[in-house]
Amino acid sequence: MRVMAQVAMVMNLDKCIGCHTCSVTCKQAWTNRAGVEYVWFNNVETRPGQGYPRTYQDQERWKGGWELKRGRLRLRSGGRFKRLAQIFSNPLLPTLSDYYEPWTYDYDTLISAPLGEHTPVAQPKSLITGKSMKIEWSANWDDDLAGGPELAPKDPILVKIRDKVTDRVKMEFEQAFMFYLPRICEHCLNPSCVAACPSGAMYKRAEDGIVLVDQDQCRGWRMCVSGCPYKKVYFNHKTGKAEKCTLCYPRIEVGLPTVCSETCVGRLRYIGLFLYDVDKVTAAAATENEHDLLDAQLDLLLDPNDPEVQAAARRDGIAEDWIEAAMASPVYKLAKVYKVALPLHPEYRTMPMVWYIPPLSPVVDALRETGNDAEDAGNLFGALDSLRIPIEYLAELFSAGDPAPVASSLRKLAAMRSYMRDVNLGRETQASIPESVGMTEESVYEMYRLLAIAKYEDRYVIPKAHAETARELEETACSLDGDGGPGQYEPGPFGSASGRPIPVAVETFHALKERQTSEVFVPLDSIRMNLRGWDGRGTHDES
Amino acid sequence: MSAQDILLWVALPYLTIAVFVTGTFWRYRYDKFGWTTRSSQLHERKLIRIASPLFHLGILAVVGGHVMGLLIPESWTNAAGLSEDAYHLMAVGLGAVAGACTLVGVSLLIYRRRTNGPVFNATTKNDKAMYVFLVAAICLGLVTTIIGSGVIGDGYNYRETVSPWFRSIFLLDPKPELMAESLPSFKIHAVAGMLLFIIWPFTRLVHAFSAPVLYLFRPYVVYRERGPHDPGSREPRRGWEKVGS
Repeated sequence: MRVMAQVAMVMNLDKCIGCHTCSVTCKQAWTNRAGVEYVWFNNVETRPGQGYPRTYQDQERWKGGWELKRGRLRLRSGGRFKRLAQIFSNPLLPTLSDYYEPWTYDYDTLISAPLGEHTPVAQPKSLITGKSMKIEWSANWDDDLAGGPELAPKDPILVKIRDKVTDRVKMEFEQAFMFYLPRICEHCLNPSCVAACPSGAMYKRAEDGIVLVDQDQCRGWRMCVSGCPYKKVYFNHKTGKAEKCTLCYPRIEVGLPTVCSETCVGRLRYIGLFLYDVDKVTAAAATENEHDLLDAQLDLLLDPNDPEVQAAARRDGIAEDWIEAAMASPVYKLAKVYKVALPLHPEYRTMPMVWYIPPLSPVVDALRETGNDAEDAGNLFGALDSLRIPIEYLAELFSAGDPAPVASSLRKLAAMRSYMRDVNLGRETQASIPESVGMTEESVYEMYRLLAIAKYEDRYVIPKAHAETARELEETACSLDGDGGPGQYEPGPFGSASGRPIPVAVETFHALKERQTSEVFVPLDSIRMNLRGWDGRGTHDES
Repeated sequence: MSAQDILLWVALPYLTIAVFVTGTFWRYRYDKFGWTTRSSQLHERKLIRIASPLFHLGILAVVGGHVMGLLIPESWTNAAGLSEDAYHLMAVGLGAVAGACTLVGVSLLIYRRRTNGPVFNATTKNDKAMYVFLVAAICLGLVTTIIGSGVIGDGYNYRETVSPWFRSIFLLDPKPELMAESLPSFKIHAVAGMLLFIIWPFTRLVHAFSAPVLYLFRPYVVYRERGPHDPGSREPRRGWEKVGS
């Protein structure tokens, strides 16, 4: 057994209102640059829908992730030789039109147009060609089932379960059942993008399991883009390098949650640690039956309260505060203790580390529309049994098509809802409700605390990068004080793609956290200043 | 032997080597971030599907042919029982096919670059200059192959002049007189080739050095520890190194 730590996330889909705040703040923080205009490290999809990029879940077409061939794990896109043979032209690479053509508006016309009869209009201009364009697709074009009858049937999941459902139910499904799926990089335990990278530029960080691209080593072979079944590695067409969600590692390292979590309006995201056995990852990913993959993945996650696991973790160099954080981890509780959180598409065999609590609300809504008591445990359980279609659909997303884990998770949520109503109304609680889903009254109550009213500190249990190595995280020089003064945006001699990349300023995050959490006003000149992290408050000391 | 011969067949080759080696080293040290294929497949995939493999596989075959023709002495192939006529036939045949593939490939790629808006927008001045040198070297090479083959005029055995001159450069015993007596087409192609190598380190052509052969031998999943210089990638300045480094 070799213990490693993994920073993981759980999203409670019941709470997602599809506001895209996570996407927008992530984009502002990470991909508001030329070359990645079309890139959303975080995007929110309406399900059923085609997703971003379009139909990315159709692995018959895109061949992302792993497959079992004669009992051995290999990339679905083929072996190493085949990949090298396709290096000059990757047949599985999505084109820009599979994402969308990014655009801006000709705002200048609004103020510079001559006086005329009609109000001037800001025309959309392509950010790729600079020419006027017709907007025909975007990262969330089918938001809220827009274009439903035309677009939603092309949802690869719907196509997959089509033969199981009749037309009548399908309509019912499209009308009654809709939910949002926020997606970031899964930071998989068995990442197929890393495996596909010919240059060895992609790697999984040993300390926290974050999957990153070494920008100095990436040579732009594009195999990671097609290798990832979630299509969460992107190609920066300006720099010619791959880019992806970094799990906001500069924030995680100082104990702050990611930008998408921090700004989530519904507070539906949880971040914490898993301790897992890295020696067993490949074997788990090579589990024969797809329906057993979820259990195999859960088996990888070690119990941080087990003294043996703790001893092994210490032996493998995991610091004490990290073990403590693992013990308090909300994601461990949701995924392994309560078993309400499920991984997205375990059948891709990448062992994804962003987990989802499937949404119960659509079931409750459907029940309420029929005039029944939608909070009653019996009614909810009955609805879960009869509403097969949503469960089939969710099962295709979260448990490789096996309805049992999804149904079990939803029954727990239903039990919690029903049990807590009695508590809130001051009625006698019914121990039979938790028992019917294999839980105790205490554990249901704890789960309720975690899902409904957990505070910031309970939702985000993120240990800082280990104290002994903390010094190493700090930059040894401010990027402004190089020879010749502020030269941070000076391009290299080979265009904007060349020269040294700008280092991420960790101290800025420290500083901003201090400002955000401090009761008194902290003037900026009292902390180390970096203009890139300036939040617009206070003044920058010019001397 | 004129001063021009010395300049072209002694000075220029050594200048080329010097610029090529130091330039590549400097580029790798200074500009790893800019060291990339800068693929434009994201913008257009149909034409590149044919053109790019055609060009790249063609040019790899051409490189192989050059290695064979320039580095392996005629006496060796003779000793191996390969007659000059047979060798010549093989070299011209394979060389013409590979050269034609390369030329068609690069023509399609340039056509694509010029006609596809987004791809053309992604083309830098550096790229355009590079294409001039690259296409010149390829075209002159094909002309040389045709002339040397005997299709037009008499055949020419470059393995008695050009090849020994090429090896003499690396043996630090330059023999410009050999090159001076070869055909003009060979001379022009050689100069074009050297110019291409001089600009090589400063263009996107450097991605050729990144051919990911090691991929075949490494484990699938790569783990890395957060190194002492992570996440900032800047080296500590002199006098500011950390204790113990």
